[in-house]
Amino acid sequence: MEFDCSSRRDFLLRMGGIAAASLIQTQWPAIAAAAQHAHQAVKSGSSQSFAVLTPEQAKEVEAISACIIPTDEQPGAREAGVVYFIDIALKTFASDTKPVYDQGISELNALTMKLYPGVSRFSAATAEQQDKILTAYTADQERTRGRFRRSPDSPDFFQTISFHTIFGFLVDPEGGGNRDYVGWKVINRDPAHSFSPPFGFYDKDYPGWHPASGDMDKK
Amino acid sequence: MTQSKVIYKPSDEVDFVIVGSGAAGGVIAKELSTNGFRVVVLEQGPYLTENDFTHNEVKVFSEHLLTNNPKTRPTTFRKTPQDKIKTQQSILYGTCVGGSSVHFTANFWRFHEIDFIEHSKVGDIPGANFADWPITYADLEPYYTKVEWEIGVSGLAGASPFDPPRSKQYPMPPLPVKGSGVIFERAASKLGYHPFPAPMAILSQPRPGRSACVNCGFCLGFGCEVGAKSTSLSTVIRMAEKTGRCEIRPNSYAHKIETDKNGRATGVVYFDAKKNTHLQKAKAVIVSANGAETPRLLLLSASSQFPNGLANSSGYVGKHLMPNSSAIAYGVFDEPLNDYKGFAVSRIFHDFYELDANKLGFHGGGGLDARFDLSPLAFAMSALPPGTPRWGKEFKKTLAQNFTRTMEIFCHGTSLPVESNSISLDDEVKDAWGLPALRMTFRDHPDDLKLAGWMQARALEILDAAGAKTKWSNPVTEQQFAVHLLGTCRMGKDPKTSVIDPDHRTHDVPNLFLCDGSSLVTSGRGQPTMTIQALSYRAADRITAQAKSGAILS
Repeated sequence: MEFDCSSRRDFLLRMGGIAAASLIQTQWPAIAAAAQHAHQAVKSGSSQSFAVLTPEQAKEVEAISACIIPTDEQPGAREAGVVYFIDIALKTFASDTKPVYDQGISELNALTMKLYPGVSRFSAATAEQQDKILTAYTADQERTRGRFRRSPDSPDFFQTISFHTIFGFLVDPEGGGNRDYVGWKVINRDPAHSFSPPFGFYDKDYPGWHPASGDMDKK
Repeated sequence: MTQSKVIYKPSDEVDFVIVGSGAAGGVIAKELSTNGFRVVVLEQGPYLTENDFTHNEVKVFSEHLLTNNPKTRPTTFRKTPQDKIKTQQSILYGTCVGGSSVHFTANFWRFHEIDFIEHSKVGDIPGANFADWPITYADLEPYYTKVEWEIGVSGLAGASPFDPPRSKQYPMPPLPVKGSGVIFERAASKLGYHPFPAPMAILSQPRPGRSACVNCGFCLGFGCEVGAKSTSLSTVIRMAEKTGRCEIRPNSYAHKIETDKNGRATGVVYFDAKKNTHLQKAKAVIVSANGAETPRLLLLSASSQFPNGLANSSGYVGKHLMPNSSAIAYGVFDEPLNDYKGFAVSRIFHDFYELDANKLGFHGGGGLDARFDLSPLAFAMSALPPGTPRWGKEFKKTLAQNFTRTMEIFCHGTSLPVESNSISLDDEVKDAWGLPALRMTFRDHPDDLKLAGWMQARALEILDAAGAKTKWSNPVTEQQFAVHLLGTCRMGKDPKTSVIDPDHRTHDVPNLFLCDGSSLVTSGRGQPTMTIQALSYRAADRITAQAKSGAILS
């Protein structure tokens, strides 16, 4: 199954809906101020209480987000504090999606009980069971496109929580997720606020720009 | 927040009131105030500065820190005038002091000679209302040079064999090359193309009060925290304020241009932050609100004297919207590029600037650039290969593996001027101030779609030649979302077929001037801001000359 949000335009719509080392040395005050700003934000994003989600809902949201970005030898959504990011989102910029969460969590718990009688909610299922439940749930949503949506153009629950999980995993920590930059560590994004070339493998031995030979009269 | 040193009362009749503080409005405000005129700039958004800018995508994208908020400023879309509208974000533009120059990529190409005379050269194109500009590249060249030196543009003169003539070198060398640039340069050269260092409105060397680029990696969509991006905010707005004659008035939403019984503009009506209404009186009005909001303001200013909207005797206000055609190809490589570091683009080529329509079967031209302009979130949502699972271990593994190894080739191209492609007032949807929402009617000219697809295929060939481990592109589809807002109040000599004259004065109202993306007659090949600013310096010269001769302000 592929991302529905596969183009830049779609991404923007959703969001809107979406020097050289010596030179850097001269700019330390500005860089240091920006870095300090981000550092303070990391601290402010370390809340352990919920504003919108009930404790029961928070447990399910955390379990679902941990399936989307699992913890393996590297940190996942759980370590990034994604559930807290989602709670803040539902209070602020994504408050209109709270009904989608309410309905989606109930549906997922109901599907859990149907597939695994005796397991009362998604978070209580084993990791293997959770994978199967989510696979069935997302397949069902594809088959019955529209059934779980507020309107034909609205994203379904899984799309919504997937987006918020990825958002909370990769956002600059000032945004309330990506605690201790664990998301950026996973993708090898250095959290520094300034960089000097060479940046990577391909530019480290670059000999400098030269015009294509004999072609400057191309025009 | 920085406050202007001079404060005028709305009842003070200043020389000029300018609507919009972006790429165009900022330049004109600086030039006119430097030339001794009293100027008020009305900006609908807040006055943010470097200290307010952030890498936090919640604030920047979800809370619309820098751009139009669709909750308060809804926009609608339809493909043709016969279609039912959909309320969706169809337009994106900056809503803070500095306008869209605050969040733009800062690609800074000049237009070429062909862009001004293309109609004469190729003739009529079915379905398009193609026209020449009333000015030429040579008329604009001194102003291109002025832009480069005054705001700060990095580049290498003479590096592209396709470049138009220039009178002066760039004021500073190109920015450093990125991994994407090296890969692109080697592969494109192998295929016989002519890649060169991208001209960028980003400082490669510091200037007073501004840092050189520190390569933080949050460029497209974000405000620059160190002032390296050469925005109107970091350059001309501050120069204008230093004259002591220019007031930048933020949170001022202009919604009507007042006129007297003689048909002259007398000022601009606007809402302040508390939605109270004021009239800023002025001897002349300049609208630089962007190619969507400028025609909307003219249409909102309809009166019994101007029933079809102000300056709209031609019926062309809002028409010929050209957002530029575009396509992207992605490649993943074996080793880390770490292209998230730095500005977006370091290498481009213009070999496709003038394509042979007879050979290819479509009209148009474009440029290709090598880039990575994605924040981590934007990358995860839009740049994973087709077939990537949407959750779980494989999703995480692909995300972790590809983020540092992916690059894009962005194809930028022409949009042909189609009369029905337009900005107009929506009949049904209102904004948070009770005014008709901005409606976009748009369907790509078939040639624009063919051009985008053709360039995308070339981009994939380059990635192939570069040895990309994985390469792909998304299908080229009809556009429903525009950020380049061009052509909607086109310039021309004939009042029947244009809105403004070659001096940016409206044909209908002698003391009303328009200058921004709306003034463009053709779309160029995808990077309009440099030309918008060159036009603005030229317009300010023409307006100054007319004002000093007594032709405007008397």
